[in-house]
Amino acid sequence: MATKDAPPRWDRKMQQRLARGEAAALGELYDRFGSLVHSLAHRVLGDETAADGITREVFAHVWEHPDTYDPKQGPLRSWVAALTHRLAVQRLRATETAALAQGGQGTTEELERKVRRASVAARADYIVTSMPAPLRAALELAYFQRRDYRQTAVDLGVTEDEARRRLRLGLQLLSTAHDAGAPPGAGGGA
Amino acid sequence: MTDAQRDGSEEYEGYGEGAEEGAAVVPVQGGPGSGGPPGEPGGSEDGGSAHGGSGNDHRVNYGSGNGGSVNDGGDGDGMQGGPGGPGGGPGGGSASSGSVGGDGEPPRIPMPRASVEDTGRPLPELDASESRPVPLVLEHRVLKALLGAWALAACSAEETEAVEEHLGECGACADEALRLRGAVGLLHPVEPLDLDPGLRTRVLTGSFDRRPPRIPVPEWATPYDAETARLDALLQDIGDAEWHAPVRLRWFDGEGPTSRRTTVAGVIAHLLTVDGLVAAALGLDDPLAGEVDKPATPASRTEAYWRASYFPPTRSIRAPWREQSHDIVRTVSFTGGTTGRLAVSYGDFELPLHDAMLDRAFECWVHAEDIADAVDYPYEPPSPRYLNRMIDLAARTLPAVLAERRRHGLASPGGGRSLRLEIEGHGGGEWLIPLDSLGAVGSAEREVAHIALDGVEFCHLAAEHVSPEDAAAGQLGDRGAIRDVLFATASLSRM
Repeated sequence: MATKDAPPRWDRKMQQRLARGEAAALGELYDRFGSLVHSLAHRVLGDETAADGITREVFAHVWEHPDTYDPKQGPLRSWVAALTHRLAVQRLRATETAALAQGGQGTTEELERKVRRASVAARADYIVTSMPAPLRAALELAYFQRRDYRQTAVDLGVTEDEARRRLRLGLQLLSTAHDAGAPPGAGGGA
Repeated sequence: MTDAQRDGSEEYEGYGEGAEEGAAVVPVQGGPGSGGPPGEPGGSEDGGSAHGGSGNDHRVNYGSGNGGSVNDGGDGDGMQGGPGGPGGGPGGGSASSGSVGGDGEPPRIPMPRASVEDTGRPLPELDASESRPVPLVLEHRVLKALLGAWALAACSAEETEAVEEHLGECGACADEALRLRGAVGLLHPVEPLDLDPGLRTRVLTGSFDRRPPRIPVPEWATPYDAETARLDALLQDIGDAEWHAPVRLRWFDGEGPTSRRTTVAGVIAHLLTVDGLVAAALGLDDPLAGEVDKPATPASRTEAYWRASYFPPTRSIRAPWREQSHDIVRTVSFTGGTTGRLAVSYGDFELPLHDAMLDRAFECWVHAEDIADAVDYPYEPPSPRYLNRMIDLAARTLPAVLAERRRHGLASPGGGRSLRLEIEGHGGGEWLIPLDSLGAVGSAEREVAHIALDGVEFCHLAAEHVSPEDAAAGQLGDRGAIRDVLFATASLSRM
């Protein structure tokens, strides 16, 4: 389930509570973003234990440095996702590099390709969970339920024109996952 | 098509969405009344005729109105008089038959397709044209709008063919098509990942090791914090329909088991209202604030809450329940030092706040199990540390319950006896229960009986999820005393 959009007020208050050293606030933060963080980390690393480790690291970082989040820069959710993404990709590159150094198979180019693939996949996941619900619903029907756009229109109670528009826009947003360097979720707020 | 034409059509924003729709799906021309002169295919694109024509039988004339921009301009007759052709007839002739009936030119007008779902009306007879595929001719603007559907393989065969032909000619669309196809590859079914329920505790303790909280959650409130978080994670995973799965609440009413039927959402409403006793004691909003005559016991509060809403509770109950549980944890963190001994009234008895929080943690787990059973999800017992404290609360409460039962003639009298309660498994331990006096401390010298059972089994007994007769308990010693304690444990349960 996608967390419903939190008002910026919640983000600011959360930051203040964390800064104040309120333990209950970290619990609430985990309750809201724990599964997002873990699933993103898992998408990058493909490993349960490693994803657990990143999850612990992300929340510990937020707890230790709540002031590194600037509410003016965007929602806390995107910031947490970006942090997760960065740490997970770092970890993946480090483990793969170590494996390579110890005589593992493959080349540096393959390693970079693998890291990039994982990174894009995680960014795509985040974009899907963050895009406007109507776009996600259209993609869901057309892709997972194999409905054509006319059936999609009927299912969603919109015109065929609108169904085509949503499918195209949804894929356009998703395709930004390939844009390296962009923070995850860039373009997700359309 | 020239570039100028292509661009022209793309930039022609004046058509807006309506016009695009008109071009793509709404029948144009050919209605009995609007069978305009064959010479003006372009004119049909204006909204007026598009909408006016919607009463037509033959629908979806993709080619119509595109004449100028799509067909290699010059041979205006390529449109066969376009939609006008059939329009000239009685209106019954379908677009395709009109075009096919042309002068041997490759038919350019598509056959009607698929859009019957839009109208609920039956398609006209198409047998004549169905037998031979007719290539579709669409203008750039329409094709571009189709790219998303195309990338997802969600348009008709004719449209797919038209799009793909277009991609060979239009670099901009080809680029976008490539990008969108790539994006489709990024979609994947979401594998439901069961988050390890223990991860929350590990995340919190790891963080607090690095930076000790200035305002910690009191130790006695952590089981409640953990159990509500666990239940919330379960609720996050269940579907809309599952919120209405039937659940039977069971408890022990003095002498025997009793139960009440509700739903998953009803159970959360129950937890919300009874947790509300703690909230109210802390000065937070009582979820039953609207009630005039505020009932005091867990059961009466729950019934009152269920009665008060006309519709049965739905998954919308999750948010207020969760918000209240978060607020409770937060509030006791701030006031913990002073409020631990604050009395929480359950109507006919009171518990100090720290025991009430433990009791609510226990209830949360027990009902989470009820819910998990109802929706067929696995659910683990609490962590041994918390389980141990829940068992300890029950063991500490037993002397009072025994005294109460004795007053009602439900337990045998005696003097100064103790019973050894040995709880096995995770979270276990040993408790000496004084049987005959509230203030007494259990004494090993006066031990008259010994019960051994598993921790989770003991909790199930205390929650009336297993009956005193059926509890798998190792027993040694005074049978009467053992029976009294097992029944007293069962009667700890309440709605």
